[in-house]
Amino acid sequence: MTPRILVRGAVIALGAAGTGLAGCARGPESSLAPHSPQAEVIAGLWWTMFWMGSATYGLVLLALLVAVVRSRKRRKPGTAPPTFLIWAGGVVLPAAVVGVLTVLSFIATREASPAGNPGRGALQIEVVGHKFWWEVRYPDEGIVTANEITIPAGRPVDLVMESADVIHSMWIPRLHGKVDMVPGRITRLQLQADEPGIYPGRCAEYCGTQHAGMAISVEALEPEAYQDWVDDRRSAVAPAAGVAVGQEVFMTTGCAECHAVEGTAARGTLGPDLTHLMSRRTLGAGRVPNNRGFLGGWVVDPQGIKPGNLMPPTALESQQLIDLLDYLETLE
Amino acid sequence: MAKLAEQTGPSPASDEGLRRLATAWASPRGFAGLSAVNHKVVGTRFIVTAFFFFLIGGIQALLIRLQLFVPENTLVGPDTFNELFTMHGTTMMFLFALPMVEGIGMYLLPLMVGTRDLPFPRLNAFGYFTYLFGGIILYSSFITGNVPDGGWFAYPPLTGPEFRPGLNLDYWLLGVTFVEISAVAGAIELVVVILKRRAPGMSINRMPVFAWSILVTGLTILISFPPLIIGSLMLEVERKLAFSFFSATGGGDPLLWQHLFWWFGHPDVYILFLPAVGLAATVVPVMARVPLAGYSLVVASIVGTGLLSFGVWIHHMFTTGIPLLASSFAGAASMLFAITSGIQVFALIATVWQGKVRWATPMLYMVGFLLIFVLGGITGIMLAAPAFDWQVHDTYFVVAHFHYVLIGGMLFPFLGALYFWFPKFTGRMLDERTGRLGFWLSFLGFNLTFLPQHWLGFEGMPRRVYTYPAGLGWELNNFLSSLGALMLATSILVIMFGIVRSLRTGRLVSANPWGADTLEWGADSPPAAYNFRSIPVVASLNPLWDPEGMDPGNHPEYQGPVVTDPVDANRREVVTTTLVDARPETIETLPGPSFAPLVMAIGLTLVLIAALYDLALVAVVGGLVALAAGINWMWPPPEYRQ
Repeated sequence: MTPRILVRGAVIALGAAGTGLAGCARGPESSLAPHSPQAEVIAGLWWTMFWMGSATYGLVLLALLVAVVRSRKRRKPGTAPPTFLIWAGGVVLPAAVVGVLTVLSFIATREASPAGNPGRGALQIEVVGHKFWWEVRYPDEGIVTANEITIPAGRPVDLVMESADVIHSMWIPRLHGKVDMVPGRITRLQLQADEPGIYPGRCAEYCGTQHAGMAISVEALEPEAYQDWVDDRRSAVAPAAGVAVGQEVFMTTGCAECHAVEGTAARGTLGPDLTHLMSRRTLGAGRVPNNRGFLGGWVVDPQGIKPGNLMPPTALESQQLIDLLDYLETLE
Repeated sequence: MAKLAEQTGPSPASDEGLRRLATAWASPRGFAGLSAVNHKVVGTRFIVTAFFFFLIGGIQALLIRLQLFVPENTLVGPDTFNELFTMHGTTMMFLFALPMVEGIGMYLLPLMVGTRDLPFPRLNAFGYFTYLFGGIILYSSFITGNVPDGGWFAYPPLTGPEFRPGLNLDYWLLGVTFVEISAVAGAIELVVVILKRRAPGMSINRMPVFAWSILVTGLTILISFPPLIIGSLMLEVERKLAFSFFSATGGGDPLLWQHLFWWFGHPDVYILFLPAVGLAATVVPVMARVPLAGYSLVVASIVGTGLLSFGVWIHHMFTTGIPLLASSFAGAASMLFAITSGIQVFALIATVWQGKVRWATPMLYMVGFLLIFVLGGITGIMLAAPAFDWQVHDTYFVVAHFHYVLIGGMLFPFLGALYFWFPKFTGRMLDERTGRLGFWLSFLGFNLTFLPQHWLGFEGMPRRVYTYPAGLGWELNNFLSSLGALMLATSILVIMFGIVRSLRTGRLVSANPWGADTLEWGADSPPAAYNFRSIPVVASLNPLWDPEGMDPGNHPEYQGPVVTDPVDANRREVVTTTLVDARPETIETLPGPSFAPLVMAIGLTLVLIAALYDLALVAVVGGLVALAAGINWMWPPPEYRQ
């Protein structure tokens, strides 16, 4: 046997590491593509630790390689153990590395604090985790929506978070690390997007059957565009003409028991608020795109699209479904 | 010592003495084998059962990887997937890793410290049955359709009565708790055998490093398991009797469970890792033909690891909204493991440095352990930085990290130990060719499975998702990871093939085929039921290597009189020694085979089933059966009744 084992092992590890790090384009949910001051700090910490860790691993491999080569060259075992090696590699080296790292970690942890820095005129948004969707409320603006958070770019936003059932975890990788939503507690996460864009994320704490299907996205808008968005949401929804039949279907076939639509008798709170349903990009918390086809499928067979979600199927005549979809499509 | 010598009966070195020893220590065979209490019988049962559960857990892991092979795969549905990862984690942690650690400790330690059996043989047998029955109860949930699905960490309120009605979590809580009883019983055995049954002369500074690692492991189990047992009972009471410890709606707090669970959960990682360090630090010096470099430093680092392991559980909770200062201190404490593990790693490197290494399969696995474990250790230090953890917590980065630590730091050393001690267990060498092939397949397969998962974590893939959409850059790394899992599974098949073949056709070996230094190699291969013809007297840290390492009376070939013959070879007698210097204190008689442990375990299992299905009468019957067995267990045999 030769030191080939070490060489091979090292080549495999480093080769794969190099390809993985350098070769991959960053995806839309990559924590290494930071778009906020906090995510920037954390990514910076990672790259520092990556180089420190690589150097440490390299030194350990080197020591092992030298040890194996020396061992192979011997005719018979040596007489005295190289105790200096244990002190140098096992005490001094790690102590130095973690000494530096502890300080860097303290600094990064303070700078990227999820609770943020109070008193910077942060916008307050309340987010409530549900199985398996997100309720989003703007208390000052009086807006209620779901699964999409719209924020102004460049301004800190405090997410004030709680859970309606089990533990969930809010995670928008390009903007910040994750913070859990724990029943009975209020947790906070300060987000600040550097520039306008859509930042997807998902629930990071196992929360049941459809944990995998609990996505969220943050859309950052230019401040003026954000103001327009707020104004648009706050203006009363004008009842659209010609959809009274569909609205009647909505009110009588069970939809209204769980969903609310502003300005109507629908006041349900178990499911997402549908006042601005058609302005959302997806259905089922990121499960499928939001269009008439998927919407019809969702109403009739939500369990087929997202098994385990809490919405029961709705039995409708085909004309009823058409009328209902006509009505839902007016909720913009 | 002189006093003991005076009490000498017929010398066991004589034919008559050996015959009487063999009779006194014989284990019953056939059906009566269920009453056996010998540490080698029970230890082997633990090892074989744990390996069986390892295969089941491995199959679950394969199904998980097959489901994640490609995006939007529909091999299994969400509920099945959640059951799979729950049972995979539960099986590997509770039914494989810890019973394997304890099984190997139970088999090896009495031999290694030079005694004839564990201190409480019937408790040991009882521990095996509670482990087996706990495992069976857990897996009977597949038959009754109540498979647990709350994750191996079982966080309430997801696992509470409100959000998980049905019996699924009751199976988990009661089954796992039953297995934990076995873990605690085993820990008591191991700690006591190390502290009180070391061969005369094996003072604390001559204790094999494996004994040190198991001593710290055992104490860690004794301190860390009770909170989990209590926590599990609290959750069960919350589920069955509508208490509210962990439910916020009833005034409880879900985080209380997390504290209790991780108070156990983090030390548990070291409970699995320290024995592996002990195995590596035993095997590598033998393969390098030199004593372990830095014995005292390694022992100090093992003790330090055990102590530190209780100060870092918060690092599993960095994202729960815990105050930053607490997080930062827990993180800083976690980073100290770089030093304790650094000492252990570099002591092994220094041993190779000084030695002339034989590159047989056990050594390959130990080097594989170093290469993999150090990488997992480094990512562990990174995870101790709270800010970094906020990003990668509950992602595949963490999955990759702890598989590097647990497969690299536990499975690989255990496979190396298997190849090393197989000749002692069976009297035959394990096949080298399948050994090498198995090593390379497992080493490459392991890295192919888990290295890509680090990038999945960075790219935003959370753990415990049954599927994922295309277009997020997760396809390639998931594909590679699943390929690697198939390769890793193949390696296990190769290793099993080698084992089965070697059991029949392996080369027969003498007592000490590796030329090793510790006492177990002075016993026959496989060891006789009584282990040693006479209790050895130890005068060195490497007794079989030093000319003066053992009293000459204990050399395997030595036929003359010996100083520590048992008083009465018809009884199961062992020498108890003092805690620090291992001076002989007394001679104690151990109890022999009994069905009482089995019957008691059956009685308690009935109580458990009664608790699951609310059967009051069955509970009473089971309790009475257990009580009767307990009385029978403790009833003194005729010769003690005067």
